[in-house]
Amino acid sequence: MSGLENWSWAYDGWIVLAGMLCAVAASLPGNFLLLRRMSLLGDAISHAILPGLAVAFFVSESRSSWPMFLGAVIVGILTALFTEWIRNFGDVDEGASMGVVFTTLFAIGLVLIVQAADHVDLDPGCVLYGAIEMTPLDTLNVAGQPIPRVVIVLGAVTLVNLLFVVLFFKELKLSAFDPALATSVGFSARLMHYLLMVIVAVTAVASFETAGNILVVAMFVVPPATAFLLTERLGVMIFCSAIIAMLSAGLGHLSAVFLPHAFGFQSTSTSGMMALCAGMLFFVASLVSPRNGVIVRIVRRQKLALRILSEDLIALLYRMDERARDSAVSPQKLSAVLRSHTWLAAWLMNRHVRTGHVIPSESGYRLTEAGRQLGSVLVRSHRLWEQYLVSEGGVAVDRIHGQAEKLEHFTNRELRDRLDEITAAPATDPHGSRIPSEHK
Amino acid sequence: MNSSLPLAVNDLTVAWHRKPVIWDVDIEVQPGQLVGVVGPNGAGKSTLLKAIMDLVPKASGRVEIFGQSYRQSRHRVGYVPQRESVDWDFPISVLDVVTMGLYGKIGWCLPVRRKHRDIALRALEQVGMSDLANRQISQLSGGQQQRTFLARALVQDADLYLMDEPFAAVDAATEKAIVEILRDMRKAGKTAIVIHHDLPTVPEYFDAVVLLNMRVVACGPTKDVFTRENLERTYGGRLTLLDEATEAMRRRERTL
Repeated sequence: MSGLENWSWAYDGWIVLAGMLCAVAASLPGNFLLLRRMSLLGDAISHAILPGLAVAFFVSESRSSWPMFLGAVIVGILTALFTEWIRNFGDVDEGASMGVVFTTLFAIGLVLIVQAADHVDLDPGCVLYGAIEMTPLDTLNVAGQPIPRVVIVLGAVTLVNLLFVVLFFKELKLSAFDPALATSVGFSARLMHYLLMVIVAVTAVASFETAGNILVVAMFVVPPATAFLLTERLGVMIFCSAIIAMLSAGLGHLSAVFLPHAFGFQSTSTSGMMALCAGMLFFVASLVSPRNGVIVRIVRRQKLALRILSEDLIALLYRMDERARDSAVSPQKLSAVLRSHTWLAAWLMNRHVRTGHVIPSESGYRLTEAGRQLGSVLVRSHRLWEQYLVSEGGVAVDRIHGQAEKLEHFTNRELRDRLDEITAAPATDPHGSRIPSEHK
Repeated sequence: MNSSLPLAVNDLTVAWHRKPVIWDVDIEVQPGQLVGVVGPNGAGKSTLLKAIMDLVPKASGRVEIFGQSYRQSRHRVGYVPQRESVDWDFPISVLDVVTMGLYGKIGWCLPVRRKHRDIALRALEQVGMSDLANRQISQLSGGQQQRTFLARALVQDADLYLMDEPFAAVDAATEKAIVEILRDMRKAGKTAIVIHHDLPTVPEYFDAVVLLNMRVVACGPTKDVFTRENLERTYGGRLTLLDEATEAMRRRERTL
C-alpha cells in the first residue's frame, strides 16, 4: 500500500495550502522575534492567548473569528505588558517573568476550556494540536467557489503580515538592531515592540486551529532560525524563511500522508510532521550553512591543516639546508619528522615541485631559490616569535618552540617588522640559531 | 532659555530602584566645542547621555537642547552608542548600518532610496571604509565597527553629537581618524559631547571637560578644570554617605 490512493487534490491541496499560509504568516514576524532574541515571547504569547480565546468564546458563544481575534490580541498585548512589568518590579530576568506570565495565563485558559468542554464545542485537543485535517470540511462560498474558512483567514493574516513587514521593514530593522537609536530618532522602539506583539498574537490566533497552539511556535522560530544560518542579509533572510516555511508545510503533509504507510501505519498528524520537517530543514542548514556550518568548518580546518603542513615541509627543508648546504631530503624523512602520513607529505611536496619551491632528485628534495625564500620567511617568523616570547613575555626557553611553531603561519611582513622592532632586531633566537634577514 | 546653547542640563537626577545613578547634574555646553565626559566606571556617564535623549526616565531635572526639549530638537542630535550595545551578528551590511542614520529624515514607511545610499557611501569614504560598504557587519574589526558608527553619525548631519566611548578599544589609526573627524565637525560649528576613558589624551582632544562621578565634580574649559585636584576628587571620593543613606532606605523598605 503506497498511500497514493489516499491523496486527493481537492482535499490534500487545501490542507497543504492552509499549512503553508500558516507557516509563512508565522515565520514573517518570527524573523524579528529571532533577531530581537525574544523568540520565546512568540511562544509565550501563543500559549497565553488561550484564556482570551476561551473568554471570547463564552461571551460570543460562537467560534466565529472576530471576537476570538479581539480576545486573543488583548491577552497577547497583556502578556507583553505583564512580562515587562514583572521584570521591572519583580527584579527577575526576562525568561523567568515570561515563564510566570504565560504559564499562568495558559493555565487559566486551560481551566476555562476544560470546564466548558462538556457543553460547548471547543475541544482542548484541537486547540493544542490543531486540526489541519478538518480544513476542507468547513467552507465559505467566495465568488461561487467553496473555499475553506481557515484558508481565507490565514490568507488574510499572511497578507497583513506581509504588508507589515514590507511597510515597516526599515523601522523593524532599526528597532531590532539598535533600539536606542531608533527611539532617539523618533521611531519608538517600544511602539514597534508592541506592534510586533499584536501581529504575533493575531498570527497565533489565526494559526491555532491549523497548526495548534503549541506547534505554531515551531513556525515562529524554526524557519527564521534556519534562514539566519543561510544568509547575511535581512531581506534575503525573510524571503528564505518564507520559502523554508512553505517547504516545511508541503513536506510535512506529504510525509504525514505517505511516510507512515511505508511502514504499514495509518497516516499521522500533519501539524506534527510540519514541525518535524522544519526541524529537519534546520538540521540540514546547520550542516551546510556557508558561514559556520559543520561542513564548512570541517573543510576550513582541513584546508588550514594542509597549508600549515605544506609550510612546515618547506621550513623543515630550510632548517636542514642550514645545517648542510644543498642536502637532499627523502620524503620518508620529512614525514617522519613532521609525523604526517607519507603519502600526504609526498603529495604536498609534488605541489611544491609544481610551484617551483623544490626540485626533486634521486636522493630526495632540494630547495630552489624561491623555496629558500619562503622557508627563510617562515623560519624568521618562528625565531622572532621565540625571541619575543622570551624577552617580552618571560616564557621559559624550553616552552617557546610549540607556540612559535603555530604563530609562524599567521605572521605577515608588517607583524614581523613590529616583532623585529620590539625585540631590537636580534641576530639570533633564544636557542642561539641565526635569524634570517628579511627579503627586500 | 537660550536657543544658541547646544545643551543645558539643570538639576538632572536619574535613579534606578531609588538609588541615584546621577544626581543633581548641572551642565552647560557652549557651541562649537568638543566636550569630554570623564569619570570612573559606574559614574553614570552613559546614563547622562541616555537621560539627555529621554532614553531613561528622569527622576527630576530639565534638559534643553538649543533651547528646546529633546523631542522638539531631536533632528539636530546625533547619537553614537557604545559599540557593544548592538548585536554585530545582525544580518545587515555596513552600508545598511550607515543608512540607518538617515531613517529619521526618510520618515515612516518610506523606503531607502539611491540618494540616501549615496550620502551613506560618502560618509563611509570620509571614515576610510568605502571598500567595505557591502561587508556583513560581523566581519568587521573593532576599529571598523567604530568607524561604521561614526559614519552613521555623520549622515545624521546633526548639530549636537552625543558619543558613548568612541575611542574604546580601537586601533591607533582609527583613533586618529576619529579625532580628525571630530575636529572637522568643530570647524563646521558642530558640538560633540564624548565619553572618554583615556585621561592623558583629554587636554589634546577636548576644549572642555565634564568630570562626573554621580554628580558633576567640575565642568568647564579643559585648561581650568582638568587639574590633578579635580581628578582626585572625581576618581577618589564617591559620595559614599549618600550611597549608605539610600542603602538604608532600601533596607528599611524591605523590612516594613
